[in-house]
Amino acid sequence: MKRGISYTQAFLTLLQRDLKIAIRHRGDIFNPLLFFVLVVTLFPLGIGPEPQVLSRVAPGIIWVAALLASMLSLERLFKADFNDGSLEQMLLSPQPLPILVLSKVLAHWILTGVPLILVAPLLAVLLHLESNSYTALILTLTVGTPVLSLLGAIGVALTVGLRKGGVLLSLLILPLYIPVLIFATSAIDAAGLNLPYTGQLAIIGAMLVGSLIMAPFAIGASLRVSTN
Amino acid sequence: MIQFESFSEFLNMGGYAFYVWLSYGVTFGSLGILLFLSLRQKRSVLLEISKKMAREDRLKETRSSR
Amino acid sequence: MWKWLHSYADPERAYKLASTLLPWFAFSAILLISVGTIWGMLFAPMDYQQGESFRIIYIHVPSASMSMAAYMAMASASFVGIVWQIKTADWVAASIAPIGAVITFIALLTGAAWGKPMWGTWWVWDARLTSELVLLFLYLGVISLYASFEDKVLAARAAGILAIVGVINIPIIKYSVDWWSSLHQPATIKITEKSAMPMEMLAPLLINIVGFGLMIGAITLVRYKAEILARNGMRPWVRELAKAEASK
Repeated sequence: MKRGISYTQAFLTLLQRDLKIAIRHRGDIFNPLLFFVLVVTLFPLGIGPEPQVLSRVAPGIIWVAALLASMLSLERLFKADFNDGSLEQMLLSPQPLPILVLSKVLAHWILTGVPLILVAPLLAVLLHLESNSYTALILTLTVGTPVLSLLGAIGVALTVGLRKGGVLLSLLILPLYIPVLIFATSAIDAAGLNLPYTGQLAIIGAMLVGSLIMAPFAIGASLRVSTN
Repeated sequence: MIQFESFSEFLNMGGYAFYVWLSYGVTFGSLGILLFLSLRQKRSVLLEISKKMAREDRLKETRSSR
Repeated sequence: MWKWLHSYADPERAYKLASTLLPWFAFSAILLISVGTIWGMLFAPMDYQQGESFRIIYIHVPSASMSMAAYMAMASASFVGIVWQIKTADWVAASIAPIGAVITFIALLTGAAWGKPMWGTWWVWDARLTSELVLLFLYLGVISLYASFEDKVLAARAAGILAIVGVINIPIIKYSVDWWSSLHQPATIKITEKSAMPMEMLAPLLINIVGFGLMIGAITLVRYKAEILARNGMRPWVRELAKAEASK
């Protein structure tokens, strides 16, 4: 059978399509971001405005908020395509499913992960994060949020066919997010104390590589189950 | 050799009675409930199937009598 | 070499095998757990540091070690079910999941009840307790995913994928939690220090560990039989059984 287009072309076409669709519905990009900002502003109101306390808990708050925001935005990853049937077209296309899935996840990360990384330093200022920690914050978010998108996509792919998948999704993927959270916040803490944090960063990087290789296959298999 | 002098001493567990008996009680209690539910499962499944069969039989009868 | 296994992909043969195995598992589990528990409760010498509270070990350690083993068993069954498309293996996974969750819950609760007299608090964010809690969440995820699909063939496959993803993640989670707790709590008292446990204390523990494993096997078989019947309601041999049960 003739494939028509190459893998790279298929990947780029799908990426372009997803980005175009998202730009036309801007709410999808801004709502998770707004949620992220709101959650972070709620914390000082809850635990008090003392700078020492806030700078102590800032890495954790920012990361937990980022985690929740990425999870909320994930819900939409396959939903629209599932509803209008284009997901089934993707499953039927001659291109291997993991490549198409990877392209969708990348588009999702560009739309939700990157804005999160850009806004995070501003929120860190509000939370009095140690000035040494900013580089670590940006680096961990850059390496860590793609892992969140990849792992989360597995959970979304499993629940996309269900009517009430929302709460179930959080039960499925939050346990998988724990290692990223632990290593990211400890890297930021270490940076605040002027200690080296390359070790933690390397471990998150390893998780990124591992999930890049394995998650697309799991997502593909889950999508085949969900669209049955 | 039994480590306890008397039965009340055994129940007392060297002052840790509450924690020890709580652990053992919850363990065997929850295992018992799990076992009970699992044993009942088979019977309820079979009864459900037989109800379904009875329903099918009735459907067949009404169809053939018509 | 593995050809003989293939015949058990037939639900009826799997059901019969489960029925023949069940009494053996049930009997030996009851025997070993009674021996281990009575030995541990009455005859094992008292720990000179922890007093009588250490007797919780005889259910805490077996349930904790078996909670992980049950997850592995569930994931292996799912793997077989997904790779070779054997439905009977999927049903094994579906029957283990609730049992594993109960065992994990027991391990957590007995850990807390042991922690209270030893550490002075019900809960510490100790590495083992935390990873056990995460394991409970993984079990609950698999159970609720299996429950939320109407079509149980799809449900088993989805839950299977999740179980396998969880298995890849368990070592990472465990390692990260260990590392995290050593970072935050440099001085916790280890309650299950592997320091030269005398034989009189160790023997009942080992007996109970094996006993708990057999008990999980026995309850799995009970649930497995019900699961096979529920999934094969249209087969004639199941209908025979249903007729016999209804006329009882």
